[in-house]
Amino acid sequence: MNENVKQSSGHLYIRRILCYAVLVIFTVLCLFPFYILFVNASRSHVEIQLGFSMIPGTSFIRNWSNVVQSQTIHIFRGLLNSVIIAGLSALLSVYFSALTAYAIHAYDFRFKNAIFNFILIIMTIPTQISALGFVDLMTSMGLKETFIPLIVPSIAAPVVFFFMKQYMESSLPLEIVEAARIDGSSEFHTFNMVVMPIMKPALAVQAIFSFVTSWNNYFTPALILTKAENKTLPLWIAYLRSADFTKFDLGQLYMMIFIAIFPVLIVYILLSKFIVQGVAMGSVKG
Amino acid sequence: MSKTTTKHKKVSYAKWGYIFLIPFFLVYAVFSFIPMITTFYYSFFERYLDGLEEIGPTFVGFDNYITLFQNPDLLKYAANTVIMWVLGFLPQIIISLLFAAWFTNNRLKLKSGFFKIVIYMPNLIMASAFSMLFFALFANAGPINNILLKLGIIKESYHFLNTTAGTRGIVALMNFLMWFGNTTILLMSGMMGIDPALFEAAEVDGATPFQVFSRITMPLLKPIFVYVLVTSLIGGLQMFDVPQILTNGKGTPNRTSMTLIMYLNNHLFSENYGMAGAISVLLFIVTSLLSLFVFKSLMAQRK
Repeated sequence: MNENVKQSSGHLYIRRILCYAVLVIFTVLCLFPFYILFVNASRSHVEIQLGFSMIPGTSFIRNWSNVVQSQTIHIFRGLLNSVIIAGLSALLSVYFSALTAYAIHAYDFRFKNAIFNFILIIMTIPTQISALGFVDLMTSMGLKETFIPLIVPSIAAPVVFFFMKQYMESSLPLEIVEAARIDGSSEFHTFNMVVMPIMKPALAVQAIFSFVTSWNNYFTPALILTKAENKTLPLWIAYLRSADFTKFDLGQLYMMIFIAIFPVLIVYILLSKFIVQGVAMGSVKG
Repeated sequence: MSKTTTKHKKVSYAKWGYIFLIPFFLVYAVFSFIPMITTFYYSFFERYLDGLEEIGPTFVGFDNYITLFQNPDLLKYAANTVIMWVLGFLPQIIISLLFAAWFTNNRLKLKSGFFKIVIYMPNLIMASAFSMLFFALFANAGPINNILLKLGIIKESYHFLNTTAGTRGIVALMNFLMWFGNTTILLMSGMMGIDPALFEAAEVDGATPFQVFSRITMPLLKPIFVYVLVTSLIGGLQMFDVPQILTNGKGTPNRTSMTLIMYLNNHLFSENYGMAGAISVLLFIVTSLLSLFVFKSLMAQRK
């Protein structure tokens, strides 16, 4: 018996080392592209052309100021546009998704189940399939080259709604709502002052996801925004790609990709534990 | 709270349920539903730009669909999309199952926090910028060729983006990197829902790790596995950002990395309403059928 335990614990030890070795390989695979991005964003065009290096260069500040001063690519204007669109989208998305989820969760009315099922069904239908009508309608409403078509639609976000609904089922007892009613609180007031504070963890997680989804969106903005002053970051990235690569200052090129990627990366590093929990929380349980 | 009193009270508040649903449905109607219906409507009309002149709109019935199906492009792009999805999904599901099994194994007791954070990270990165990065990394004189030359693995730089295998491989690699962390976390939460007593019993009976995995974990994981598979396929059919940026919208070489949504996007930009509409309807039908599977699995787990 004792022999057996010893043998199996030795066996377990080897298995553990093997597991860690594989995990480390995939960690390197995940981090390597971002490390090269950082290294090359800090090197000059000539240094990058000379070949690959694992050691950061000294041109980080110079590449940065070259990008700032660029006459053709207004990457910081793009950054600002992206922040405005993604920020407002995230706010609208979490507030109205919580409101929609609350309507289904707290009230009993006819068609309640039908409406809930409807939202679940439209959840997986891609937005691209209505893009033609979307652009057509936005054009006739005079909303092309504005941020409205990129911000307002996030009010109807089925995925965020579903997450909020799941969260309410586990964390929002209706007794609290009843108690607020007895205290004479109006329904809308109850939602804002009693329900929303309870939803804070879910709101935070979904705000991050909504922000990132909007921040990364390339397909829809490309159809709506074409003027230089309106372009968001992904549109400038696409512009970079369409420019003549051979004539480009590679230091600046890497710096621009760096500017598009690192804000989200930093937010992620700060809030990663929270975010990973959020992914597991919103998932389907087996 | 007894059932009768809540029912009685809720009835008087029912109108608030409807009122709170107004913003969602108003926005959904204007920005999604009406556009969807007009998209379907346009698919039955001939309307495109010939130079600066607009042709149509003329009602043509199913002509756009006939043109679409007679053109070999549709099948080619559908095949491209599925091939690149499969190339990314296979390694993704294998690695994710393995990692999820390791992370949830009570005997291994791995410290998984750090690894979960790292492998999920690429999921949040802007796909277009990530793609631009890979375009630069895999360029003919880029860092990857540099490393391979230095290590003596290749004699001269390999033109990844000039070959079908190279381009599809890079797209698949990126899709793998972006999604395997997410899939691992989803599968983990599924595995953690399995009764630990089953694993203990299997261990007492002397089952090997592989037997435990294939006889206990997999069968009980089936619902979430189906969910992951179908949502990934729906996502795969929408593949756009990565190949679009990587190939500058051309689907090079020889349109072997052109996906269905890139095809749609080209028609949108050339303002060929009829063809764009027909492709949209086709994608709608396919994704709706797949969505039913997702809906069923969501319903099953809520009961």
